[in-house]
Amino acid sequence: MPSSFQRYRRLRWMRRISQGFFLLLFFYLLLQTNIDALDSPDEVPEISAPVELFLELDPLVAVSTVIATHSLYRNLFLAVIIIVGTLFLGRFFCGWMCPMGTINQMIASMRSGRLKGKQRLESNRWKSYQNWKYGILAFVLGAALFGSLLIGFLDPIALLTRSMALVVLPAYNVLTHDLYSWSLYADLGPFSILLTPIAWVVHAVLIRAETVVFEQTFLILLIFIGILLANRIITRFWCRGLCPLGALLGVFSKTSILGLEKRASLCTDCNRCAMHCQGGDNPQPGLTWHQTDCHLCMNCVASCPESGIDFTFFPKREETTQKVSLTRRAVLTTAGAGVLTVPLLRAATNPDRTPDPSLVRPPGSLPEREFLSRCIRCGECMNVCPNNALHPTLMQAGAEGIWSPMLMPRIGYCEPTCVLCSQVCPTGAIDELTEEEKNWVPPAGKEETAGPPLRIGTAFYDFGRCLPWAMGKECIVCEEWCPTTPKAIYFEEAEVITREGEYLYLKRPHVDPALCVGCGACTYACPVKGAPAIYVTAVGETRNTKNRILLEQNRGRAAEER
Amino acid sequence: MPYDKISRRDFMERTGKAAGFAAFAVGGAWMLHEPVRRPFDRKDDAPVSRDLRVAGVEDRLMIVRGEDPAKMAAAAITAFGGMSTFVQPGETVVVKPNIGWDRRPEQAANTNPGVVAEVVRQCVEAGAERVVVTDITCNDPKRCFNRSGIAAAAREAGAEVQLPQEARFREVNMGGEMLGRQDVYDIYLEADRFINLPIAKHHGLTRATLGMKNLYGILGGNRSRLHQEIHHSLVDLAAFLRPTLVIVDAWRVLLRNGPQGGSLADVEERKMLLASTEQTAIDACAGELFFDMTPDEMPWLGLAERRGLGTSVWRDIPTEEITV
Repeated sequence: MPSSFQRYRRLRWMRRISQGFFLLLFFYLLLQTNIDALDSPDEVPEISAPVELFLELDPLVAVSTVIATHSLYRNLFLAVIIIVGTLFLGRFFCGWMCPMGTINQMIASMRSGRLKGKQRLESNRWKSYQNWKYGILAFVLGAALFGSLLIGFLDPIALLTRSMALVVLPAYNVLTHDLYSWSLYADLGPFSILLTPIAWVVHAVLIRAETVVFEQTFLILLIFIGILLANRIITRFWCRGLCPLGALLGVFSKTSILGLEKRASLCTDCNRCAMHCQGGDNPQPGLTWHQTDCHLCMNCVASCPESGIDFTFFPKREETTQKVSLTRRAVLTTAGAGVLTVPLLRAATNPDRTPDPSLVRPPGSLPEREFLSRCIRCGECMNVCPNNALHPTLMQAGAEGIWSPMLMPRIGYCEPTCVLCSQVCPTGAIDELTEEEKNWVPPAGKEETAGPPLRIGTAFYDFGRCLPWAMGKECIVCEEWCPTTPKAIYFEEAEVITREGEYLYLKRPHVDPALCVGCGACTYACPVKGAPAIYVTAVGETRNTKNRILLEQNRGRAAEER
Repeated sequence: MPYDKISRRDFMERTGKAAGFAAFAVGGAWMLHEPVRRPFDRKDDAPVSRDLRVAGVEDRLMIVRGEDPAKMAAAAITAFGGMSTFVQPGETVVVKPNIGWDRRPEQAANTNPGVVAEVVRQCVEAGAERVVVTDITCNDPKRCFNRSGIAAAAREAGAEVQLPQEARFREVNMGGEMLGRQDVYDIYLEADRFINLPIAKHHGLTRATLGMKNLYGILGGNRSRLHQEIHHSLVDLAAFLRPTLVIVDAWRVLLRNGPQGGSLADVEERKMLLASTEQTAIDACAGELFFDMTPDEMPWLGLAERRGLGTSVWRDIPTEEITV
């Protein structure tokens, strides 16, 4: 048995350990997307881990935001690490780091029901569908050229973060909460004593103090499940055929100095290399190896008993292609289609032209156009929101803005002193804020000097549903919850004649739009279930100077700018 | 296969299996059959209430003035004969400050952390097995517990600080005039003693939120509906959970924009503290001293009196004025 065989088996194990490490790191960071319990009124709540690390390492995010915005936001420069590595080594990210790739590989490796023998060999042969991903890449980068960041739908890191944060973790959360609740209060008669240790265990694995729910999760889940199931037919179908990040790294890997060297004289045509190939890149001698499709998983060399193939630096390039087998015409046409898609999308009603009243963006969000040129729909903002207030849109922001964040105050309001969404946003679609910049509650003692708050919308009453207005009942819970000082919600004392002809004094609430910041706490707390008696629309939001009701608000702003 | 080849044993086995499953299906249907579904009929609907007062302690009212909130709390407890009057070794005590809002101590929307810490320390010294400090906050619990300074102070004093957990609410029938089934945080159903630690502050609807209003914070669920009949609701809560001791913090009093406040201009330093075992009288006293309100302006007091929860004429009970 040749020594290289042993060496490659060790290398394959190192690859597996690396994949495991990065997958665990990915989940760890997802779960850390939260603030720790602090111990002092003076401490500023901060996230202790670099939770958006994977998105910042993602070259597709970096490249596409550079194309769309001509700038590299905050930590997106980290992607250079992956780009430089890929230029020299090839797609090591896909095989060794990418959590989406690792999950795909795990699903593909499950033995039961997997394709066997000839069928599997055939499925692992390089095929032209593997060029689709370049088309997708050209398309989304073309759209980026026009300032629309459509990559978020299919970027694997954004897709995985979104699927995990909005669907998988919340489902886990519901499961553990139900179990915990059951273990606390179930009555099993003489066996009830068993419940205490169960409660301890379940309590230890709870990830939040409360369950969270999200909009649109069914659609997000369907796509995710579809990607996972495709592995049962073609190993890593997503990575081979669809992943735009894989395509981008494939393009970068053209200059790689590391490659597969084939020694046809030693090969016995056993095809074991091809049986275990993850990338579908034809490692076996006799066929053309596609460097740009290789994930460097080392399965081929670790299963070759004859040293017929070998990874070396500066290999002989017989039976190898470093090219992406696409014509320039195909690439340009697809990119052109991407470019043209953007005006098509914007020819429909969109928030830039006619702001959807329910589209309340998180505080710090850039003006809509710029926002859509940065938002990658990763869901980090929705994951970090302590109040479960941010949700993925469907059509509220137009087709261009699907799954971008919006506030749903019925489920949760925007926490007045919280700026976490702006801190985790990897691309600056939500500009990084401090509590002072948000300024909903001026720091104690600085009420006089504090400037205007950063508004996200304005609240309105539905008097037909409001208890004191329509039903002669005391309420004003909205006023209690209103966080501004002085409160944007005030009330008038009204004399009301009841149905029985009795006089009643009630406090009837009003909104002062000059003070309202649009947090939605009133909507959240409104006891009128179903449609609330007070609701928030985006009008008055600081980021859009055209989306205004009051005249003085604009004037005040202009005065400040001078 | 022709049927005449089947053996007797085979026949018995097959028909036996089929008959067994058939019997199971029929029996199951028989047992589970419910002619009419009445989801609102509940067998375990007996009203629950928790009277955590200590028997044999004479109701008194302490009015404390001083220069340090913790020392004032200590003086009030000493005047009752020390915490051992209320807490016996081995007991579980739940201490409920108002931690409702994401505000700093000087904004006077939450109970003074010095008072909370002192009460906790005294409970621990009296031998309590567990001293739990908790509240169902309005704003994000982490932020409220931290920024109020209560988490740090209480933990240091030896308390078990519990951030509310969704799974731990239990629906119980309070059997009140307004409040029937409500989601109550489970610690209030289990604790041996309950010390209510409100802060006196302004409130838009009732003008002042005092001791009874602080009981809001034992509820989860749709508690904002309570505003519709706020006075009856408060009395129902007070009857459901009768505290061992009530201490009203009035070191700083929020006079406007309550119950959240935010501006220091709305806060007045009163440097006072009230303590009583009688929850109606202490509300009456606090309302009069800090908000100039007569019992008529605090309708929950009269209702509480009628329900036998105390007196709205606080001067009727033995009162001591203490200065430290």
